[in-house]
Amino acid sequence: MSVNQTDIYAIALHHRFQWEEAQSCYVILFPEGMVKLNGGAGEVLNLVDGKRTVADIVLALTAKFSDVPDLAQDIIGMLDLAIEKAWLRQLN
Amino acid sequence: MTQASLGQSVVQKEIQAQNNGVSSSVTKTQPLWLLAEVTYRCPLHCAFCYNPTDYDKHTQNELTTEQWIQALQDARRLGALQLGISGGEPLLRDDIEDIVIEAKRLGYYSNLITSGVGLTEKRIQAFKEGGLDHIQLSMHDITEEINNFITNTKTFELKKKVAAMIKNHGYPMVLNVVIHRYNIGHMRQILEMAEALGADYIELANTQYYGWSLVNRSQLMPTKEQIDEAERITNEFREKQGSKMKIFFVVPDYFSDRPKKCMNGWGEVFMIVTANGDVLPCHSARVLPNMDFPNVRDKGLDWVWNDSPAFNKYRGDSWMKEPCRSCAEKEKDLAGCRCQAFMLTGDAEGADPVCSLSPNHHVITKAIEDSRNPVIASKPIIFRNDKNSKAIIAGELEDRVKEFHALP
Ligand code: SF4
Ligand code: SF4
Repeated sequence: MSVNQTDIYAIALHHRFQWEEAQSCYVILFPEGMVKLNGGAGEVLNLVDGKRTVADIVLALTAKFSDVPDLAQDIIGMLDLAIEKAWLRQLN
Repeated sequence: MTQASLGQSVVQKEIQAQNNGVSSSVTKTQPLWLLAEVTYRCPLHCAFCYNPTDYDKHTQNELTTEQWIQALQDARRLGALQLGISGGEPLLRDDIEDIVIEAKRLGYYSNLITSGVGLTEKRIQAFKEGGLDHIQLSMHDITEEINNFITNTKTFELKKKVAAMIKNHGYPMVLNVVIHRYNIGHMRQILEMAEALGADYIELANTQYYGWSLVNRSQLMPTKEQIDEAERITNEFREKQGSKMKIFFVVPDYFSDRPKKCMNGWGEVFMIVTANGDVLPCHSARVLPNMDFPNVRDKGLDWVWNDSPAFNKYRGDSWMKEPCRSCAEKEKDLAGCRCQAFMLTGDAEGADPVCSLSPNHHVITKAIEDSRNPVIASKPIIFRNDKNSKAIIAGELEDRVKEFHALP
């Protein structure tokens, strides 16, 4: 299963995504658990806002980090993983 | 406090998640989890309660709302993210609403861990508005009889009502069921009940023997065969059911040959502030000898976490003795639980006797035998209540605690 360019996602119910100053990274919090996200993963999820499509997210990040090779593929991989882990829910 | 709130399984969940390849690794200790055991008072009297048997000493000197708020702020500054509000029964305090609001303001993910007694429409509404993230409800059995017996109260109908209330307010439904001899035969029905209630998560927590459950160990312990069967039913249910309800089966350590990595390591990610303000790295740490646990009334949490001798005592592995010191597996379990080692063997630095390599492993084998000995197992359950706590403090229940090296 892989995400489509036109899909729109939001953070899953009962999950919270936030920046953590003390750890200098983004985290996802949910009932009795948490995940720390490394730099790249955090940047991707930070753009998942219930409005942007997958294509929008890829576009925004490839523009921002134009020197990173294979970035689009990594972004899709990250979104796939986030869906598999049930951190995201699809809106459309 | 129910056994789910031990955080052990919780921390394991977090660590598992960290190993999925997208997360950075933990390099320094940080109290990611703050457990606020806001009161030891409780309307229930569970036979398996994890609270200290001498809790009665700590019911008159609880921290004030202002002291709790200060503790929340200090822990947040140290990096705490998950807040468990537990007890006893936290709802016996009337300031949980204030604590919830402050937790939200500070950016915690807040979890209320409750028996459900005292949860009204009015309070749950206030929690929702205040920003409480999640409520974990303890359930005991599908039968009224066992529920009321093991909690020593008539709370069966109330639990079902509360479950519905939690659901109606849009909370994820997280059920915790402590598993013991009296309900282990009902595993499938318990899972079906959870599904019917619309649970999102269910934690099947096999009793671990601390506090009251240690006193009642011979009365509560199921057999190995029962546990295997329970696990089989759980797996079967999981497969049949797909991913809708997440089921966690917490394996009991007495029946495995290696100990658990208790609290994910002493002073690694977990910090407990108890009702009277003592700060502990794990629930039963107060049983350990020659330890002086700091209190939030005297010292800030920064000092407690980073500099106090108590929190540093069993960090890392330099304190270990043989067979752990030279053991190839020592990073996996960090020699197990210090409290279990001390209570059962009298040596706080020895290997957790659950380990088959421990020279004291026979105490575990004997405990399992005792639980199958009809004469011992038929002794009455000592329910967790003020009267029994006072009796234990006064030394009146000597024959039930004498084999342990500290009061459970
Ligand atoms: S008596 Fe029961 S409900 Fe009360 S704190 Fe203990 S385990 Fe929790
Ligand atoms: S000997 Fe000690 S370190 Fe090795 S497995 Fe047993 S408890 Fe763990």
